[in-house]
Amino acid sequence: MRRQVPLAITFIVGWTLIIAVFIPHPPFGQLGENFTTYFDIIAVFAFILGGGNLIRVHGNKVYKKRQDWPYSIVTILGFVVVLIAGLFKIGNPDGLSGDLTQPGSLFQDLYTYIFAPLQATMFSLLAFFVASASYRAFRAKNKEATVLLVAAFIILLGRTPIGGYLTFWLPESLSFFHIPNLAYWIMTIPNLAGQRAILIGISLGVIAMSLRLILGIERSYLGGEGERS
Amino acid sequence: MDRLKLIPLIVLSALLVFIINADAGAQEEAPADTAEIVKPAPPQNVRVVDNPNDNGHYLLIRWDPSPDEGKGDNDVMGYNIYRSDKPDGEYRQMGTMPVGFYEYEDGSEEEVLAGEKNLEYMEIGETYYYKLTSVTPQDVESEFTEPVSGVPTADWFHAGKLSYFIALFLYISLVLYFIKAAKSGQKLYIRPLGGIEAIDNAIGRATEMGRPILFVLGTGTASDIATIAGYTILGRVARKTAEYQIPVLVPVNEPVMMSVAQETVRNAYIEAGRPDLYDEKNIPYVTAMQFPYVAAVNGIMIREKTATNFYMGLFHAEALLLAETGATTGAIQISGTDQPSQLPFFIAATDFTLIGEELYAASAYLSGQPLLLGPLKAQDYAKALLIVIMVIGLITMTIGWSFWYDLFSTNIT
Repeated sequence: MRRQVPLAITFIVGWTLIIAVFIPHPPFGQLGENFTTYFDIIAVFAFILGGGNLIRVHGNKVYKKRQDWPYSIVTILGFVVVLIAGLFKIGNPDGLSGDLTQPGSLFQDLYTYIFAPLQATMFSLLAFFVASASYRAFRAKNKEATVLLVAAFIILLGRTPIGGYLTFWLPESLSFFHIPNLAYWIMTIPNLAGQRAILIGISLGVIAMSLRLILGIERSYLGGEGERS
Repeated sequence: MDRLKLIPLIVLSALLVFIINADAGAQEEAPADTAEIVKPAPPQNVRVVDNPNDNGHYLLIRWDPSPDEGKGDNDVMGYNIYRSDKPDGEYRQMGTMPVGFYEYEDGSEEEVLAGEKNLEYMEIGETYYYKLTSVTPQDVESEFTEPVSGVPTADWFHAGKLSYFIALFLYISLVLYFIKAAKSGQKLYIRPLGGIEAIDNAIGRATEMGRPILFVLGTGTASDIATIAGYTILGRVARKTAEYQIPVLVPVNEPVMMSVAQETVRNAYIEAGRPDLYDEKNIPYVTAMQFPYVAAVNGIMIREKTATNFYMGLFHAEALLLAETGATTGAIQISGTDQPSQLPFFIAATDFTLIGEELYAASAYLSGQPLLLGPLKAQDYAKALLIVIMVIGLITMTIGWSFWYDLFSTNIT
């Protein structure tokens, strides 16, 4: 029974939403949007669960003084300070009725002066990680890696001024081999074709996966092994 | 002396000439002030039709241009559209269309907007009346056209999606056929995938090293199909970790995802007969923000020295940040996502990558059950069919025949 109810709900809702895509007539036309709203409402309640879980896990870590427990104090403090600043709209020029992101409010200041720089720091690490990942990936270990290396090198040159300078002397009849043109061709023809092939595969996969879930033959997310009971 | 007598005569004559000219000038200007305003001719042949393939809250108003369009002083700049719910009721202006556009879509499905009654709202099955006028650049409006009525109706099938419907019907039939074939015991061959075969080895490696496994479900939402595929793989991985008695850490970025992941792992542990090993603290909610989530997960990798990292789900810019950190810790890494923009990063930074559809297929591969393999076989046939369709399209369009292209073109607006 514990499994039959979610499976029945998945079956009914799944088929209804598939049919609704082709029926504009009310109430079908709005069903997709309505179910998204229902999901959002449930998700709001789940955030209370999430907050509770965060406090429980980190509180436990501090209480038992597990490894690196002082960081958990920072997490709990950050959570509580931002929550209070947002709930009571501390420093908000328009008081409790003011917009949450009103300039001058503590909540907005915490976001602008602490959260945004920290987030930018994490994001900027990406540049270094791209370099180290490229170094590993572009080593010409086999044929595929060599093709990748050559293509990446051409695109790298083609997207910088040096690519244009290197081959500007090529005559009009050989303009295809002008590095920026070559880089553009790689991006718009083989790269795009490959991406579209992946997307077609993904689309078919999404439908097959959805059918497996709707028909109840895929139930590992419920802890089962996929067999019909 | 005679000259002196002439001066008053000259002055008098000059005055007379001035007065006559001034009067004549006034007579010339007078018509401009009192000219009659000539209205342009209204538009012609106004029709109101139901907007096709909609939910019954819209009408299309079409007309032919005013005869004065593009003609001198009465040149028409645009057309005003008026609506009323009675033929002789009060008409309200609903919109204006510039010259060159002879169709207007009127209506709205929102009865209330921003707390107020939406005047554009249109009731299904009600009759609405329309009058149109032409407008000149001087804002001179023509007489109204005769009222024309229309009734918005809701459609039971979106004709523009017919080709989608047929394709989906065929594909679903193919999937159901192969599921039935699998049920009847028919052997289905599916090509092996390196990434899938590596999953068991990766779990074995973690067991030998006595270190935990990290499973990242991505930064999508609980309802994304990639995340759902991630749950199915998590269920199978968790079952094996329960059998081998090693912890699986699943830090998540969404509370709903946390609930589903906890339920999935708990059930897997029960299935494996080791509910005592399940620890809810191993599946914590971290944060909903992208980069703080990366910081937290990277911290877990470094602190816990995870032996195997799985990245299965929907990923954005954090994909490389996670995978590169994992690579530096020496963990064996298996990734899978349906985001083409993140696939190159995963391919570069992880040991095995499930590309797009392979992510959805992983659960079926891992279980090895024929029922789950049926849809995979259908996928392969569908892809073969699509390749044939595309090759025919390529050839026909190259030689200038568009019938094949037209057959598959859709109108979903």
